[in-house]
Amino acid sequence: MSIWEYANPLKFMGWTAPLVPVLSVLAAVALSVGLIWGYFFTPDDYRMGASVKIIYIHVPSAMMAINAWAMMLVASLIWIVRRHHVSALAAKAAAPIGMVMTVIALITGAIWGQPMWGTWWAWDPRLTSFLILFLFYIGYMAMWAAIENPDTAADLTSVLCLVGSVFAILSRYAVNFWNQGLHQGASLSMDAEENVADVFWVPLLVAIAGFVLLFVALVLVRTRTEIRARRLHAIVARERMG
Amino acid sequence: MIRLLLRDIVLAVRAGGGFGLGLAFFLIVTVLVPFGVGPEADLLSRIAPGILWVGALLSCLLSLDRIFQLDFEDGTLDLLATAPIPMEGVVAVKALAHWLTTGLPLVLAAPVFGVLLNLPGPGYVWLVASLALGTPALSMIGAFGAALTVGLKRGGLLLSLLVLPLYVPTLIYGTEVARRGAEGLDLGAPIALLAGITLAALALLPFAAAAAIRVNLR
Amino acid sequence: MPDLGKYVVEVLSAYALTLLLLAGLVVISWARSRRMKRALEAAEARRANG
Repeated sequence: MSIWEYANPLKFMGWTAPLVPVLSVLAAVALSVGLIWGYFFTPDDYRMGASVKIIYIHVPSAMMAINAWAMMLVASLIWIVRRHHVSALAAKAAAPIGMVMTVIALITGAIWGQPMWGTWWAWDPRLTSFLILFLFYIGYMAMWAAIENPDTAADLTSVLCLVGSVFAILSRYAVNFWNQGLHQGASLSMDAEENVADVFWVPLLVAIAGFVLLFVALVLVRTRTEIRARRLHAIVARERMG
Repeated sequence: MIRLLLRDIVLAVRAGGGFGLGLAFFLIVTVLVPFGVGPEADLLSRIAPGILWVGALLSCLLSLDRIFQLDFEDGTLDLLATAPIPMEGVVAVKALAHWLTTGLPLVLAAPVFGVLLNLPGPGYVWLVASLALGTPALSMIGAFGAALTVGLKRGGLLLSLLVLPLYVPTLIYGTEVARRGAEGLDLGAPIALLAGITLAALALLPFAAAAAIRVNLR
Repeated sequence: MPDLGKYVVEVLSAYALTLLLLAGLVVISWARSRRMKRALEAAEARRANG
């Protein structure tokens, strides 16, 4: 019995069925706790005032925007190497979620940037990188939508995801080179100097956990939908033949 | 492979091949920009490197879908796949043919269009150098995008959507070289990075593009 | 309610837009999941009967 057994579509449907409600509830709880705690029970930052409350959605969504792409990259690699259909479908299922996360990060960033930097949009390296990431998500989803044969679509989008990842990283450094930014340093880095204070940190971690759980739950739901869609497609095709 | 290169070039230059369209498009973009931003010489000379680079990039984009589409439709690509040369080589040769018929004319025409935009004196050398270094990467990345979308009925729009984000690093380093050249600044770093991107694209993307073509021919 | 000072609009709109987008994503995913499940069950039933 190897770990790949779990990737068989039938098995996958079996073991994820009880997992979805559990994960959904956990995600809802973590998100509510993190956001309500962050919104109602944290002090204002002495520099940024109450606007610091945006951090509880901005940072987690930005992290998930990148992590969703990383997950798609891993899933694409698994598809290319081992050709598990569930893997390709999981990558397809994750793309719209990652795109929404990117949009949330961009919107909250713009709303936050208005009072802090005095502008909605600045061609700051991180903002620009996220905009480029958004374009990559759109291209990836458009590619899935454009190709009819599911295996061809899975193959081509996987190749696109691999090449796109390399270019996304290149773009990140190119954009850094192109313009030094306004963004504050990484607020969650482990070196204590730059860390935000604990009062902000704990609810932020809860919110991040909430976003991660929400992402996993949504990916499972959407992957199950894709598997059903594939099966339905096969049945309808057979009915037409017979 | 030389035969393939010559054939592609001849087909592109022949009437209806689209050769020259890219150049004409480049000219039109260059002419339209002053209408859009106003005729002040200072402003134009400041944005000239960027405009010329974006114009070259868009003109490059125009002819990308021709790299594989026609050969795919009339079955030539199937024959090439069974020919005793690797698909990676076919892709590289086709990208080279695209560069010779699109990229190279753009590089040669860019200084002339630079005059229209008041490009500062020292900028000409570096503009040509940066385009000469960067356009091969544009052709190769474009060939990869064309390989991905070759099986689609109307792949043109999707092709642009896929390729444009991939062009970002090349564009950034390319314009940086041209801009710093025009302003007489040190440009060692961007030119090295631009060359690095071009070489990496030339070395690695033929494999990705060939994989995509094999999938599309299945 | 916490006093948001001069950032009322910013914070509230950021939260509102985020919740709206997330809710939209969840509802769309869930609705499509339900629809697909029903369609598949109908197809399976057709196959079993005929």
